[in-house]
Amino acid sequence: MSALTGTGTLVRLALRRDRLRLPIWVVVIPGLVTATASAIVELYPTMGERLALGLAIGANPALRALTGPIFDPSSAGGLTAWRVTGVAAVLTSLLSVLFVTRHTRAEEETGRAELIGAGTVGRHALPAAAVLVAGAANLAVALLSALGLATRGLPVSGALAFGLSVAGTGWVFTGVAALTAQLTETARAANAIALAALGLAFLLRAAGDAADGDTLSWLSPLGWAQRVRAFADERWTVFALFAVAAAALSAVAHLLAGRRDVGTGLLSSRRGPATAAPRLSGPTALAWRLHRGVLLGWVIAFAVVGAVFGALALSVGDIVDDNPQLAALMAGFGGAGAVVDAFLATVMSLLGMVAAGYAVQAALRPRAEEVAARAEPVLAAAVSRWRWPAGHLVWALGGATTVLAVAGLAAGLAHGIRVGDPAGQALRITGAALAQAPAVWVMAGVAVLLFGFVPRLTSLAWAVLGAFVLLGQLGRLLGIDERIQDLSPFAHLPRVPGGEATFGPLAWLVVVAAALVLAGLAGFRRRDLTGG
Amino acid sequence: MPGSPAVLISDLTKRFGGVHALNGLNLSVRTGEVHGFLGPNGAGKTTALRVLLGLMRADSGHAELLGGHPWRDAVELHRRLAYVPGDVVLWPTLSGGEAIDLLGRLRGGLDLRRRAELLERFDLDPTKKGGAYSKGNRQKVALVAALASNVELLLLDEPTSGLDPLMEAVFRDCVAEERDNGRTVLLSSHILSEVEALCDRVTIVREGRVVESGTLTQLRHLSRTSVTAELARTPDGLAALPGVHDLVVDGPHVRFEVDPDGLDGVLRLLSEAGVRSLACRPPSLEELFLRHYRVNAA
Repeated sequence: MSALTGTGTLVRLALRRDRLRLPIWVVVIPGLVTATASAIVELYPTMGERLALGLAIGANPALRALTGPIFDPSSAGGLTAWRVTGVAAVLTSLLSVLFVTRHTRAEEETGRAELIGAGTVGRHALPAAAVLVAGAANLAVALLSALGLATRGLPVSGALAFGLSVAGTGWVFTGVAALTAQLTETARAANAIALAALGLAFLLRAAGDAADGDTLSWLSPLGWAQRVRAFADERWTVFALFAVAAAALSAVAHLLAGRRDVGTGLLSSRRGPATAAPRLSGPTALAWRLHRGVLLGWVIAFAVVGAVFGALALSVGDIVDDNPQLAALMAGFGGAGAVVDAFLATVMSLLGMVAAGYAVQAALRPRAEEVAARAEPVLAAAVSRWRWPAGHLVWALGGATTVLAVAGLAAGLAHGIRVGDPAGQALRITGAALAQAPAVWVMAGVAVLLFGFVPRLTSLAWAVLGAFVLLGQLGRLLGIDERIQDLSPFAHLPRVPGGEATFGPLAWLVVVAAALVLAGLAGFRRRDLTGG
Repeated sequence: MPGSPAVLISDLTKRFGGVHALNGLNLSVRTGEVHGFLGPNGAGKTTALRVLLGLMRADSGHAELLGGHPWRDAVELHRRLAYVPGDVVLWPTLSGGEAIDLLGRLRGGLDLRRRAELLERFDLDPTKKGGAYSKGNRQKVALVAALASNVELLLLDEPTSGLDPLMEAVFRDCVAEERDNGRTVLLSSHILSEVEALCDRVTIVREGRVVESGTLTQLRHLSRTSVTAELARTPDGLAALPGVHDLVVDGPHVRFEVDPDGLDGVLRLLSEAGVRSLACRPPSLEELFLRHYRVNAA
């Protein structure tokens, strides 16, 4: 029996388990790419229109930081690649990380891997099957995207380069997840480390692209995807970077897998105290123990991201000042100051959506506890049906608010030090960050509502969040009905700093969030505890 | 309320989709007794306990726990009881000791001396993290947390699954002590020897309804005696006697089961045939159990 015996069977098992999940990702990502291409072809039919758009974009460092550089503004393909490479590459990386963890570390954590390992299955078969299926799914995304772009009349070689650049990023993060699955003992921690790597890749690319030189961008797989230059004289050599990185990560994961026992990680858990501290005495204290590690990670990440973008903000304004044409264009909107604010406002709205990811994850923690049968002993003690989930919600809502405040504070201080007004800027940008909170709370409310009434469908909360984020990113470009765009809580947030702070919509979002949370809690009080 | 039952369930039903988990279940546990709740896997024992704990609502029927309503009065009732689930899952980031203290505090406090004593007796290391325990040790964590609590009622769902025989013996001693201290215990199990050794009364369930309930003596009274004998000559008419079942005749050796009413006639016939050796055994709960389910399944 070789170390890979049984891989074929496990591949079929993975495909069977994800027969709905995987096709959705594999169809939605190319669908978005194709729809974006359609919209650009339709909205900017002439070269003149495309060049005007391209120049405005290319000169705006804020946009460059968020979406990446534009390599060929003259063609519809170049514009499409600029607009959607980042989105597609991030989504494909997410797909890869979640899939690989779900089929490796999560299997070991639940003990199912033991059941499999006792059969005629080689010790590397489980990770190998997960990597194979994830790699194939990435390739499917690539080919379907290329097909979609080609049907919009874009050049085939560019379409193929685009698709493969997206898949290449996915392959790298498949390797990252294969590696983190070997490091940790829980699926939650494996996902957290891999997603932190994805966040770091985004940050490096954004910082690199906003600056004048792009050295930093070359450190990020997301940067490589753009530097394939699809539809702009493709550079096929960049694919060597993807291949080397993905192969190296997988090889290290493979080595580690051969050196440990089933169920254990390399970052093994230490011993704990023999008795509990006095404060560990209620459901909220227990929830704090369960949330604090993850929350600490988020606080650090948001502090770093806030500080980096805060420090970049002034340079963004400088670049506008250096460009007389752009300065003239921007003067109408308030000059370089307005550009700085617009940049910070964009960063804050992006961070708001990411913080919603934390909030949804934390608000769904009670469901995870319920499925793992850890809710039962707590609710069989003298803990009421509303106090237990409320204990988790304190950290979901409070934690999301905290990470936003930290990001705002860090950005404000970093920017404030450069303009000589740390206190004032800190206050102003923290306020802008906190203005995102009501929409984040609404997303947590959606998760709680699902938890209360349809516990088996709580993962829909992620689908809803994903849909709202995509609506915000691409909704206007794709010409989606405004009433649908308005369903997203993020559509009702003020553009701050810089824009007018309107409190009416914020108050409404708070009301909606409160109603969702209360309804969800009421639903949970009435229902049976259920398994997975 | 002395004399009132600690647990009273009547005509309880609960469906999951098309499956009847509870199908008109009746159960009465007297205050101060150790009551065995016996049945094969999937008989509805855990569902009944979850209804009693207010984790689930029954579709119909009546359930009463310590004089209160399991769903409505859940929080007050849970201060007076401790529960050990059949499949104990601990928090990976909490040590066993932390989990014991937390579970105890959630229901209103632990007897610290008893906690230390139980850790010793169960030979449990409380400093390991939740994920590092074996199944048996996770079970011990939940048992220590429950047994060290000052409560009136213990609800134990197959509590010895995963314990080795040595620890099973410790568990039996502990339950006997709990009974001597006046606590009520509802012990769900499919391990017959355990119930036989510990319980005052037994309720046997299958497919969500009670097939038998009473003291062990009553249940034995209802049941047959196994007889093995060696005789001087082959007896005539044994098969025709009322109450004789499963007769096997092998020359002078006979083996059969007999209802209590038929014993007298059987013994007379055997002595006529000349008894050389005779063994009569009351059936073990094992046989009782197997017979009920074999008969009912057929």
